[in-house]
Amino acid sequence: MKVTVCIGSSCHIKGSRPVVEQLQELIAKENLGDRIELGGTFCMGKCQQGVCVTVDGEFFSVSTETVSSFFEKEIKARV
Amino acid sequence: MQKFDTKVQLLKYKVLREVARHAWNDTLLDHILDIPKTIVPGKVPTMRCCVYKERAILAERVKLAMGGGNSGNIIQVIDIACDDCPAVGYQVTDSCRGCLAHRCEDACKRGAISFDHRHEAHIDKTKCVECGQCAKVCPYSAIVNRKRPCQNACKIKAISINDDNAAKIDDEKCIQCGACVYQCPFGAISDRSFIINVIDMLKKSEGNTKYKVYALVAPAIGSQLNYAKLGQVISGIKELGFYTVVEAALGADMVAQAESKELTEKGFLTSSCCPAFVRYVKTAFPTLAPYISHNLSPMATLAKYIRDHEENAKIVFIGPCTAKKAEAQLENVKPYVDAVITFEELQALLDSREIDITALPEDVLDNASYFGRIFARSGGLSDAVAEGLKEQKLDEFELKACVCDGIEECRMALLKKNRNALDANFIEGMACVNGCIGGAGNLTHGEKNKAAVDSYGREALEKTILDAIAPLR
Repeated sequence: MKVTVCIGSSCHIKGSRPVVEQLQELIAKENLGDRIELGGTFCMGKCQQGVCVTVDGEFFSVSTETVSSFFEKEIKARV
Repeated sequence: MQKFDTKVQLLKYKVLREVARHAWNDTLLDHILDIPKTIVPGKVPTMRCCVYKERAILAERVKLAMGGGNSGNIIQVIDIACDDCPAVGYQVTDSCRGCLAHRCEDACKRGAISFDHRHEAHIDKTKCVECGQCAKVCPYSAIVNRKRPCQNACKIKAISINDDNAAKIDDEKCIQCGACVYQCPFGAISDRSFIINVIDMLKKSEGNTKYKVYALVAPAIGSQLNYAKLGQVISGIKELGFYTVVEAALGADMVAQAESKELTEKGFLTSSCCPAFVRYVKTAFPTLAPYISHNLSPMATLAKYIRDHEENAKIVFIGPCTAKKAEAQLENVKPYVDAVITFEELQALLDSREIDITALPEDVLDNASYFGRIFARSGGLSDAVAEGLKEQKLDEFELKACVCDGIEECRMALLKKNRNALDANFIEGMACVNGCIGGAGNLTHGEKNKAAVDSYGREALEKTILDAIAPLR
């Protein structure tokens, strides 16, 4: 599974670093490192909806508050 | 609105702007020959002996603006623009009053000074070594150094005088720092431009639908185009058609992290960020070349990251540097960077589209840490390496940085290292005095630029290198 987080300026300011760090922790905690490829990109063209995240191409708007429920529902449940 | 330091820059900008205008409209080939007359319309010359010479030189500038030149070097001499300045070195002027003190004679260790029947001084050029001591001690400042500004600017002595008395660049020696470009008062030395390649890339991307065009901006941007807000500059770059703007300073964070580790492993290192310095080490001190850090420059490091994630992306670096244009042509950098333009050229591109950045809303630019951003000024890279050691808990390694501000200081440090007499384990080599903020491709150079870069650094959201690069790992 490919998870891409936008680390462009706009999403960065909205907190893409803590989002990435929490995802890294959750992936490590669930031992999913070999099944999930976590990557960064510099803008998905939807800056208003940041922090922008895609899961296998499907778009999600995530924040530091929603990242754990997003992980449960859209990543852990799907791998 | 102060956009440039000199009128030479202004003239170069006008040419770039006209070339860009036509390139956007696909009318360049039909109008190449008209551009000189557009810039110098009437019959009254304002720069040279006649408008025809002015236009002939402009035709040469148009060639350079389109990427042309007479050799592969990024830095080119426009022969017909060279004013063949006197180059006799130290000379006594008619301000000499024939005094009694004869300080000049006492200061000259070579016995090159003699006096005529009016007691006025003369310099015997067969004995003079151009040390300048006589000029320093003359109470009337009657002795001047008639040296060509280009040769004076070129501290690595790559400029000589050809048979026609015009400046000549030794392409083997030249490190493309651009010091001569900025210093020649006649604008007779200039850098080749790749703006039409960039315009072509932007047009063919069809609004970033065919592929995305990324702009990587150098941290020296913090000191440039400061008649507008930085956020407006970012909006302007996007308005030109770039998909997004990323700070090259993030590449600097990545480099600081890797370079500090490499330093502890190897024990001695020189930086590899400044392409002019790297080329200088390789050409003038080849035995020291193995000590150059194996890291790519921040530009290339970040471009590689983008390319690795998006194969068909186009990547344009926008910075203060003419040597970066040469770096982008190196075999190990070419696969990542598609074009390099300077801040001067960015201004021309903006105006060719009549984009008034002061009227634009403010976008954001935030990818890097304080430390990545201060790479733009002398000393910043060493500060970042020290921070990199600290953050990676490698600080039992004692960093002894030799900060070389400008190519002359680099030369001194490398000479010492060659003799094993350098008391340092890290050389920060920056070819331009003050670092990148002194680069030839900047619009303005001023005392406030260092403070501007530092304050831009402090505005970074991330305060540490590890925080800035955390999302990349």
